[in-house]
Amino acid sequence: MSNLFKIAIRNLKRYKRRTFLTAFLITLGVVFVLLFVSVTGSFKNMMIGQMTDSMLGHLQVHRKGYLASIENLPLNMNLRLQAYKKLEGILNQQPEIEAYSPRIKFGGMFSTFVETTNIRLNGIYPDRELKTVPLLPSRVTNGGGKPLEKGEIWIPELMAKSMKVNIGDTVVIIATNKDGSVNGKQFKVAGVLESITGPGGRDGYIHIEDAMEVLRMEEMEISEVAVRLKDFSRLRSFSSKLEGILSGELSKQGKPMFELHTWEKLSPFYNIARMIDLMAFFIKLMLIAVVLISIMNVMIMAVYERIREIGTIAAIGTLPGKILSLFVVEGFSLGLLGVIAGNILGLIIIAIVNLSNITFSFGRQTGLVLSAKVSPMDMLVISLIVIVISVVASLQPAFKASRMEPIKALRHV
Amino acid sequence: MRLVVAENITKIYSVVAAKVSKDYKVGEIAIRALNEVSFEIEPASFVSFVGPSGSGKTTLLNLIGCLDKPTEGKLEVAGTDVLHLDRKQSARFRGENIGFIFQDFNLIPVLTVYENIEYPLLMVQNVPGGERKKRIMTLLEAVGMADQKDKYPDQISGGQKQRVAIARALVTNPKLVLADEPTANLDHKTAFMVLEIMKKMRNEFQTTFVFSTHDQKIVGEAEIVYSLEDGEIVEKQIKGGTANE
Repeated sequence: MSNLFKIAIRNLKRYKRRTFLTAFLITLGVVFVLLFVSVTGSFKNMMIGQMTDSMLGHLQVHRKGYLASIENLPLNMNLRLQAYKKLEGILNQQPEIEAYSPRIKFGGMFSTFVETTNIRLNGIYPDRELKTVPLLPSRVTNGGGKPLEKGEIWIPELMAKSMKVNIGDTVVIIATNKDGSVNGKQFKVAGVLESITGPGGRDGYIHIEDAMEVLRMEEMEISEVAVRLKDFSRLRSFSSKLEGILSGELSKQGKPMFELHTWEKLSPFYNIARMIDLMAFFIKLMLIAVVLISIMNVMIMAVYERIREIGTIAAIGTLPGKILSLFVVEGFSLGLLGVIAGNILGLIIIAIVNLSNITFSFGRQTGLVLSAKVSPMDMLVISLIVIVISVVASLQPAFKASRMEPIKALRHV
Repeated sequence: MRLVVAENITKIYSVVAAKVSKDYKVGEIAIRALNEVSFEIEPASFVSFVGPSGSGKTTLLNLIGCLDKPTEGKLEVAGTDVLHLDRKQSARFRGENIGFIFQDFNLIPVLTVYENIEYPLLMVQNVPGGERKKRIMTLLEAVGMADQKDKYPDQISGGQKQRVAIARALVTNPKLVLADEPTANLDHKTAFMVLEIMKKMRNEFQTTFVFSTHDQKIVGEAEIVYSLEDGEIVEKQIKGGTANE
């Protein structure tokens, strides 16, 4: 095998300019794909991370049917205390779960005594919420990073700006409970929340006991339970497992009590993420086309230029399979050269991009820093694609070389 | 090798051709390049096929070298009926039994002198390293190219290239070496020197050498000369006498 490589490399060195140009083309293709995958992948992961770690959690459990009417935040679709306790018992037994946070979600009126507007609120246990969505405090742009206390409210940035509300101001929250009774409570503004893309990205937060008080709940009712896993990569397998467990929990009417949704079903960003994946797939297809055409072109030329040599080695007894291997190894070596150079250059360019601190905007979010990252798995997959395609592209010319009649090849001028 | 028993004399032949013909098709027209050629070549002999261009020398050498197949007749090389060998078997047979020397030397340009000679041992016969080195060095010494072993073909002269080609042809210990116009691209002095080396190799390794030429000056170097005209053997000359066919 080493002899095949030795001959292949010597033949590649024989036509230095052509080898350089082809390897350069493959290198550019690899660099471009690596850069695209790293930038889009990092953007996607950053957005997913931001949504799951500062708002949604990795998955959520609701009362069956809640999600269909989530836009109205229906209080009559909350989990009753008994159902929540049952759910809590199940969640506590799952070793994959790092934390979970019960929330009461409701809509109400927000008044500064001068102006009034509507608001969507989450009633939370601050300590449990922070364990479930640890990036939530990073969204509090004003307020000194203090945890949310009872009687305090974190309000969305846009509302604070439009209604000229500042930290320390007193505001009133008015809400109607599920029985139609209206109640109000004063809160002190303790934080202003940066808006983020996605559902709940412009919600306010209060303590869960305050929510119960505003809604005049005698016993706790929970709208949703956000769950954070220890290992995000196991989301699919865990959600299937938990879904299986929860489907066994039936109401008195024999209907399922709970429904489970991963972040993918809760956020429209999932479709953008899928589009990014699709674009990456098409970019990889383009790389395949570049490698296929360039390697095949070079190998066809190599066979055409070396017909007499092929005739000579065939005449002295080289078996067709070995002649085929000689050309396949040459194509493989060319692909490998492009892959090595492409990976090295790609990593250097990604490092430069990261050092440049390029910022971008997404939705209402501005100043997001582009942090390109490429995983070893991505590099491995891209490298394998190039190498496999190099071999495939070499096969046809190599096969042609191996099938040549030595007598005709020797006569070739 | 085939044993031919005739009139109580047992003979062993490297090549036996019986009424061998070869037709080529050019468009719709069939051209007979060889017409019922018969001859026997004994082992360790130094044989030449001579004749003008188009007389069928190269065609005959291609048939003996299993690079092509006769249209009619019987052909045995090194005791094997080569008519029924398929593509793979032919390649294997050539690798084991026949060495080739080409008019244009046909050395592989990306390999050094040493590596060119090593090529058939590595890629055709899978000979182990130690044995390979021994055989190559012996032949390099024999053809006087040991000091040039690390040079590439484009760094040596035509005569030197042909010496390397002789060493490459002999390194697999073939029973038969075929040389098609081996001196055509060499000046006379070098041509005679190459033929001297071929003869020396024949004496040293007892290999049968068959070469073709149209150069009358070097024909005299052969021990047996077959003259070809229009695809037929018209004369057989044995050094010291003539046997008309």
